[in-house]
Formats: sequence, C-alpha cells, structure tokens
Amino acid sequence: MSLDTTRHAPDPAPREVAPIPDPGVEEHLPRYTDTDERAGRRAYRQIVALYGLSPLLAIAAIVVYFAVPTTLSFELGSETIRVHHALFGLLVGLAILCIGVGSVHWAKTVMADTEVVEERHELASSPQDREIVAEQFAAGTEESGIGRRKLLGVSLAGALGTVALPPLVMLADMGPWPIASTRKETIEKTLWAEGVYLVTDVTYRRIRASEVPLNELVNAQPENLQDLHGAEFQQAKAKASIIIVRMDPNRIQVPESRRDWNVGGIQCYSKICTHVGCPVNLFERQTGHLLCPCHQSTFDLGNSGVVIFGPAGRSLPQLPITTDQDGYLVARSDFTVPVGPSYFERDSTGDYEEGDR
Amino acid sequence: MAKPAATSADAPVLDDLRPPAPSPGRGAAKPLRWLDDRLGLARVGRAGLRKVFPDHWSFLLGEIALYSFIVLLLTGVFLTIWFKPSMAEVEYQGSYQLLRGIPMSEAYMSTLDISFDVRGGLLVRQVHHWAAILFVAAAAVHMLRVFFTGAFRKPREINWLIGIGLFSMATVEGFAGYSLPDDLLSGTGLRFVDGLIRSIPLIGTWAEFFVFGGEFPGTLVIPRLYMVHILLVPGLLLGLIAAHIGLVTYHKHTQYPGPGRTNGNVVGYPLFPVYMAKAGGFFFIVFGVTVLMGATMQINPVWMYGPYNPSQVTAGSQPDWYMGWVEGAIRIIPNWEWHVGGTTWSWQIFLPGVGLMGLLFTGLALYPFVEAWITGDRREHHILDRPRNAPTRTALGVAGITCYGLFWLAGGNDILATHFHLSLNAITVFMRVAVFVGPVLAFLATRRICLSLQRRDAERVLHGAESGVIVRDPQGGYSEAHEPISQEEGFTLTQHDQPLPLEESPATDERGVRRRGAGVTGFRARLSRWFLGTRIPKPTRGEIEAAHEHAGQIEAAHEPDAAASDHRDDAVDARP
Amino acid sequence: MKNRRPRRRSALIRPLAIVLALFVLGLTYAALQPATQSMADGSKDQIAAGKALFTQNCSSCHGLNGEGTSQAPSLIGVGSAAVDFQVGTGRMPMANQGQQAPRKAGTYTSDETAQLAAYVASLGTGTSTPDSGQYNPAGLTDEEIARGGELFRSNCSACHNFEGAGGALPEGVSAPSLQGVEAIHIWEAMRTGPGQMPVFGQNTITDEDARAIIGYLTSVEAEPSGGLSLGGIGPVSEGFWGFIIGIGGLSLFAVWIAAKGARAK
Repeated sequence: MSLDTTRHAPDPAPREVAPIPDPGVEEHLPRYTDTDERAGRRAYRQIVALYGLSPLLAIAAIVVYFAVPTTLSFELGSETIRVHHALFGLLVGLAILCIGVGSVHWAKTVMADTEVVEERHELASSPQDREIVAEQFAAGTEESGIGRRKLLGVSLAGALGTVALPPLVMLADMGPWPIASTRKETIEKTLWAEGVYLVTDVTYRRIRASEVPLNELVNAQPENLQDLHGAEFQQAKAKASIIIVRMDPNRIQVPESRRDWNVGGIQCYSKICTHVGCPVNLFERQTGHLLCPCHQSTFDLGNSGVVIFGPAGRSLPQLPITTDQDGYLVARSDFTVPVGPSYFERDSTGDYEEGDR
Repeated sequence: MAKPAATSADAPVLDDLRPPAPSPGRGAAKPLRWLDDRLGLARVGRAGLRKVFPDHWSFLLGEIALYSFIVLLLTGVFLTIWFKPSMAEVEYQGSYQLLRGIPMSEAYMSTLDISFDVRGGLLVRQVHHWAAILFVAAAAVHMLRVFFTGAFRKPREINWLIGIGLFSMATVEGFAGYSLPDDLLSGTGLRFVDGLIRSIPLIGTWAEFFVFGGEFPGTLVIPRLYMVHILLVPGLLLGLIAAHIGLVTYHKHTQYPGPGRTNGNVVGYPLFPVYMAKAGGFFFIVFGVTVLMGATMQINPVWMYGPYNPSQVTAGSQPDWYMGWVEGAIRIIPNWEWHVGGTTWSWQIFLPGVGLMGLLFTGLALYPFVEAWITGDRREHHILDRPRNAPTRTALGVAGITCYGLFWLAGGNDILATHFHLSLNAITVFMRVAVFVGPVLAFLATRRICLSLQRRDAERVLHGAESGVIVRDPQGGYSEAHEPISQEEGFTLTQHDQPLPLEESPATDERGVRRRGAGVTGFRARLSRWFLGTRIPKPTRGEIEAAHEHAGQIEAAHEPDAAASDHRDDAVDARP
Repeated sequence: MKNRRPRRRSALIRPLAIVLALFVLGLTYAALQPATQSMADGSKDQIAAGKALFTQNCSSCHGLNGEGTSQAPSLIGVGSAAVDFQVGTGRMPMANQGQQAPRKAGTYTSDETAQLAAYVASLGTGTSTPDSGQYNPAGLTDEEIARGGELFRSNCSACHNFEGAGGALPEGVSAPSLQGVEAIHIWEAMRTGPGQMPVFGQNTITDEDARAIIGYLTSVEAEPSGGLSLGGIGPVSEGFWGFIIGIGGLSLFAVWIAAKGARAK
C-alpha cells in the first residue's frame, strides 16, 4: 500500500460527504407499453414493421442497382445529382437505419427496463495474490540462475539490443541520402539554365516580350519540361514552375544587382512558395502583390518579391530573364538560390532581403 | 421510500447455459455445449452476459467512434478492391469526359473509376470519407466528455492514455487516406507535409528524402501511405481499440451521480438483452446515417480537383477538419525563420506544425497525472463529476477548446473572409492575439459560470425549486413560493466531494530535521489552492434543516399547501 | 429527370443548350455591333447616345471626358470589352464607393451598354468586345474541354477555386464566383483584368484556350454530383456539415436511445 505523504489543509468546518442521504435507486415505474395492452401491441407492430421494411428497402436497392442507368440525373434546386448514386444510397441507408431504429425501439418498449445494480469488484489484486506472485517471481529468478550469474542478463540485453540494429539500419535505404552533392543535383537545381525558353504552362507556347500586355500574369514553365514524363516531370515541375508578370517599369524597384533580370518591366518569379511550397499565383495587378492561397504569405513583386505578410520567411526567388534575337523570353541562368520551402542545410544568406542592392 | 429494484445478487445469472442445459431452446443447447466443452464459453457468459451499463446519451459518443471505425473497415475493404496505389503516369480515357486525355497517376485514375465506373463506388467512397470525419470527430467529442466529467481519474488513467493514442493514430490514418487519391487537394496536402518535414531542424532534409524516397513527390509516397493507411495504422487502431474496450469492461463503466449510484456499484441495464439491442441498434443507426450522408452529401469530389499537378492549386485548399487547427496555426504565425551561417531554421513551420501537435498530445496525455498531483487525490472514482463541481478543470477544458477553436477558425480564414466579407489580413492579425487572450477570457468566464451554477444548486437544495406561484403576504409584500425538491434530486446535488487544497509541508519534520523529497512544496500547494480553492461550499445538513424550518414557518403563515408540506416532511423523515 | 446515355451525348446536352442561348445572344450582339473591329469606331449615333448616357451617369466619377478623377480611374484606352464587362455584369455603376464592385443585376439594357461601350472605345483604342467565335465554346471536343480544365486549374483556380466558387484575396478583396457568369464576360475579364485581376492576354491564353476554359466551366457546372455540393468550397464546409449532421444527428439518436421515456404513472 502506498503511504500518503501529502497532507490536505485542515477543514475549517468539516462537512459530511452527503448532507442529504442516498435514497437509493428510484422506484421502477412501468411504461405505457407495460401497463396498456394496446400500447404494447402497437410497439410490437412498429418493431416488426421496421424489421419488415428493411428487407423491402434492401431489395429495392438491388433493383435500383441493376435497373437505373448510372447516367441519369435529376435537378434539385441549383444542383444536378446522380440518380443511381442517390437512390441506391438512400435505400441502402434507410434499410440499415430501420434495423437500428427497430432494435432500439424493441429495447425501449418491449424489453424489461428494470434498472439493475451491479456491485463493482476490487480492481487491484488481493494482497495474498501479490505476495504469491512476488514469491513465484523470486523463485523463478532464483531457478533461472540470473541472480547469481550476472552476465546472463547483461549479455542477453546486449544481444537483443544489438540484433534490433540491422533492421533499423535497413531503413537507411528508404531514400537517397541528401548529402551536399545529392542536394546540389536535386532540390537545389531546376530545369532552368541559360537559354531555356519560357513557355506557357499546359500549352508550351514561347512568349514574345512585346506581346505581353501590361498587368499580364503568365503561368509558365521551362520549355524542356515537356520532354519529361511521370515522376521526373512532377519533380521538375515542382521546382521549375514560374510566373511572369508585366508591371509598369516605373513602379518596380530594381536593385542594382538585378538591373538586367527583367525585360521592360517583365519579371519572372518562382511559382513555388518559400513557405511550404504551394504554387503561388494570386497576382493583384493594382498593388503588385502576390498572395499564396494556402497560407496567405504575400510577396511584393514590385520589390524583388520580398515578404510583406504571412508566414513565409524568405522572398520569392527571381529568375533572371532576357530575350533572344526574335524577342522571345529566355532564362539567363538557373535560379540563383534554391526554390521552394526551407530545409535545414539551406544557405539562406544569399536570398534577397529588403534593402539589398 | 425507493429501494433498489434489483441487485446483482438477485439478477438472474445464466447458469443454465452450463451443460446439461435444458433451455434456452432445445436447438441451441447442443452446439452451445459443443462450444463450451472446448472454449468454456459459459464462464465468459456468466461474467459478461448480464454486465450492467449505465444509460446516458453522452456514454454513446465513444460508440459513434467505434461504429464509424467498423464502417471504415467495411467500406475500406470495398475500396481496396479497385484502388491502385501507384504513382505511375497514365492517360485518362475513362467515362468522365472533363478529364479525358489528361495525364495522371494510376492512383487518381482508379479513384475516378471507383467514382464513375463502379456502380455504387462513389457511394462507398463518400461513406468512407464521411465515416472518417465522424470517426475522428466522435473520438474528439468522446474525449471531451471524459475530460469534463473527470472520467480519466484513477483507475482509468491508462485507458485515457490509450484514448490519446487512438486519437493521434486516427489523425495519422485520416491524413494518409486524404493523400491517397492523388488529386490536387491530396497533392497540395502532401506538398505541405513535405515542407513540414523539411522544417525539422537538423534532420529535416533527411526525413524528407526518406519519407518520399527522394525528392518530392517521387513515386513512392502513395504506395507507402497506402501501407500505412490499410495495414500499419489500422492494425494499431484495432489493437488499441481492443485494449480500450477491454479496460472499460474490466473497470466497468463510470456513472453520473444520482440516487442509488455509489462509487461501489453501477446502475443500469444488462448487456443482454437491453444493451445488445441498444448498442447493436446504434451500430446500425450510425451505419445507416453515414450511408445516408454518403448518398445525399457530396464529399471530396476528386474529379473536380483534377489530378495533382505541382504548378496548380485551388482557393480553399484545406485539410480535413482534424488538421484544421494546425493549418490555422501555420497560417497565423509570424514569419520567424533564422538564417544562421549555412543553415535555415524554419520555426514558423516547425513550431506550429510539429511543436503544437506534440504539445497537444503530450498535454492531454499528462493531464490526469498533473491533476492528481495537484489535488493529491489517490482515490478511485467511479462516480463522474458534474463539470460545475470541478470548476478549474472545466474552465481549463473550455480554455483549451477556445484555443483550439480559434486556431481552427484561423485555418479557414479565407472562407471566413469571403463568407463574412472580412479582410483576410485583419482576421489573421486578430487571431494572432485572440489565440492567447481568448482562452484566458474563456477560463475566467467558465469558472465564474461554474461557481454560479454551484450557487444555484446550493440555493435549490436550501430553498427548493421555484414554483412560479406568487404569494401575497398580509403586509402586502409579494414573494414566490418555493417547492421543496425531491430527496433524489437533493442527493444528486449534494453527493459530491469538495476536496481541500494541499497544504505545504513544513520544511523540517517534528524532530527539526530537514525533510527530503516526498513533501508538498510551496509551489504545489499554491497550484492546489488555485485548482481547488474556488468553490461554493455545499449546504450542510444543519443549514438544510434550518432552511426547511424557515420555509415551514413562512408556509404556515400562508396556509400551507398540504401536499407540499407532506413532501417536505417525507424528506426530513427519510434521514437516519 | 433525363437520360444522359450515351455519356458523350448527354454531357453535351446542357452545355449545348447554354451554348445555343449564348449563340443567340451573340447574334443579338452581332446585330447590334456589326463587326468587332469596327465596333471601336461604332456608329456615330451609338457614340452620341453613349456620350449622353456617360455624361449623365458616369462622368461624376470618371470625369466628363472619361479622363478619370480621384474617385475613379481614367477610361481612355480601356476599350469596349472592359465597359461591356463592368456594365454588363452590373458592377458599374457602383451602388456605393467601395474597394470592389460586386456583380448585380444590370442597370442598363444591352443597347445602352453597347452605346456606352462604343463611346468609351471612341476615347482611345483598347480591347474590343469579342465575336461569339472568340468565346463561344460550341463545338469543342471532350479533349479540348479537358485541356480547358487543365488551363483553368493552372491559371484560374488559385483565386477562383476548383469549381469557380471564388476565393479570398488580401485586405477584404475577393475573387468572385464564376458560377452563372456569361461566357462573354469571362472572356472580357480575362482580357481586360478588372479590379485586382491580372490580364490574360491573347498571346498566352489564345482565344482557342479561352473557349476551352469557358467550355470547361460550363460543363463542370452541369456535371451531376454525388449529392448536395455543400457550397463547393472544400474540406471546411465538409467538416462543418460533418459535425452538424453527423455528430449532431447521431447525438440526437443517442439522446433518444438513453432517454427513459414516458411512464404510465
């Protein structure tokens, strides 16, 4: 038994636990269905009706399943709903519900409802049991010899612990190791490189700088993306997606180091949020702000993509662009910093910050 | 006066299941005996068949979770028949025209096939998703019921921990399922998780590469999540649920205070037949309701979202409700990110994402032990607290709900902005403050409300219930006549214990030696006073008698109503 | 109820009906404005009528000659498409000064709208109202409509939501719902960029692409759903209704199951 070492403050005015004594369980009162023969019969009929209705609904559901074409639909207010789906579901749902309601109704109206009192048993084992187990344990320990030959236990524990290591080590192949050289080839690299054309997303059309009107937003990709498929495509797109915006050149503050990164007010930014990587393209043409729809980080595209609101910690990477001899937009290089969400080994000192030149 | 209608001693025990049993029913006897010879079923039946369960609607909340889980297993098996957990690229040529010719993953295509080409497939998908929402929701509501009634106290702490384990596993299970269809919303969710994993200091990038098998999104994450969703976590859930219910059976159910309900008994209806019918019926009701929801309420229309594409996103990209509060925290936290040397520490993702969830589950898991430590309470509790009688706990719970709720609202700040015509930025800034201030206000208000309710209980015990009858006395004054309450009600209102706060142990023992360990420190005593100190003392027997005598005098002056005074005499007589 | 089999045909019935209506509408427009390109010129009468309307109703904010004031922007060079969009969707004239004009029932007849458009177009060259061939999604194949969906999700859904239900922007601005918006107005919004919306120009989203996007939106609205769509705003409303109907409804059942019920005495 545990020794109570805690003390409660002395009660200034000791109170009984129950100032009003326990009257005991309420007297059982009969229900209408117990006393009134007709009410009892009615409840009985209702239960049987519910149980009887269920198979009818289930059979109707089977008929609907085979008989109703899946292409039928019906209008409900402004909604168009699939008939097969809704009707089959309603019938099955009601069929199941009938069984439930019927059973509960049975329990409530027909089954005896006299409350029963059950005594609780002691949860803890009896002191004798505890003693016996302690004795048995001591005897077993003694018989096993582990008490005298200490190394038995130690070496077994060591073996068990060590044998768990190989399976753990096997998890090392769950993915490639992101050591510096791997990172350089994966999360720190995109499809962009000098001379890669900027093309529209989905349709892969090159973009002529002169044909981008003021305030235009273009969701774009590198042209070489269309050569990729499957996982490679998805992985590349998750980093290389960009947006192109044309803003009034007088409204953009261009730092010295980025003077030749835009083409007459056409700027290009990563579409992947620096927060957790949602595509960010809610461009407000009047303010020049770009909002991420997932967590509302807001970037100022008139000021090299710095964060002006929300949880993103870094400005949006800008892609240096220029035009080829025909006036089509091309990249000057890859992004100068890794795109997308932060990771521990990321050197974030090179990202643009308010006031950088 | 009322007497227990029946006790276990005279409740029929199904001894007659034992061979040689002439009843029930000749037909069943033989196979039963065959089984009992091999399994000893009668012994189990004897212990369990007439086990008593108390009746209260709030005890059925956990059952909703259990039954939703069964619905999830049934519908989930159905879905695995067609679902292909593969991220291989295919071109869709199925019957939904609006995606024809679009490249997508096999996982997404098979989800479309289930929705359009398997008859009833969409129904099963929707039932599965609704049941998932209900499973976690019912588990959460059930947990709140357990919290507010103090059902987590000794001896049920371990079962509380199992419950917390279930709740956290349910969240993981739900998230994995949300990700499987590989539609735009799933992919956006995975992209978020990728950012979340990356943000873990030191090991983030490694964890990301290990989870995704390389760079996001890769080809492995959906097959891996599929394994997690249909094998690993359901296995854990099943085991934990079995343990959870096993412990409920062993401990027997708690009960609300009331006449005849003591710490040493349980009053209710026997498992067989009443609770088998009620609980079994409730399973069919839960199943039926989820099927009706699946039939009439569209959920996660994956075909609308389109296949996952890393350059696409939709307004209203939110997780399912149980991750909504984390989403909210992520949305409103200021952009705290450290750029130290060649490293980046994304506290604005790590703290709300990993930290807050850890805090919630750790806090919940520790709560029973912390409360027991603060109150010094080591007794077993089988009678539930009425929440008002544990004002500090209740207030803490409401503060927690408020905090959670505000984070939750913040997770839908864009929906709030559009539906209530508010500024997104204003909501965010407001929430940054509100998540700290709101819980404090809620705590203070709740504690006051609890105390008022205690006061009302005391008044009701002393002066009876308001009768609505206005009496004019000979002097011309008006007063409302009060009717004495029944002894049953009086007992229910006064049976609770009002434990006293711990007192600080003296620094030295009686022989003047410095105490070591085991004593009550000043800090613990102060906490105890804070936790237990505020309450309205419940009326004593003397006070009750005095109040009734006073009422009797007044009533005598106003031609006492015979019935009422009879009743009161009755109550007084009943006292030993 | 109507049969939609074969699927291919059935899914086209509704869009086709809408398209037909749009086509008729387009014809009306065409009748009013003989040619889009020349519409910038407009007939002398039209411009004169438009100027009269403008002076009376618009000039107090936009200036007597549409040069703009501190309250409203200049209309010189915005083109007739912007006017048709703003006036045709009822956004202009604004009911009250605010950040964002909501869509409402139009104040002007289509004749008057055309007159205003012609007048503003005469102030300076801009985007003209389109031919029905530029926006009318009739005759698109399934694959083209599906590609329109891809374009929609790449360019539009971030603001306007996956089924065009709309979404939030900073500082109280919102991207409006696209449900029930006429095809011509969607085209005009893309080209002119009303309010905070950026421009989607002809060279990056060609008229073919624009038609595909409009075709997708029209088809997706007509697509039958698996039950009530609960606002079409995703998991927030699903969670909300899950609690209300699911937990709420089942709690009511639980109350019924546990209630003692009426007694005979």
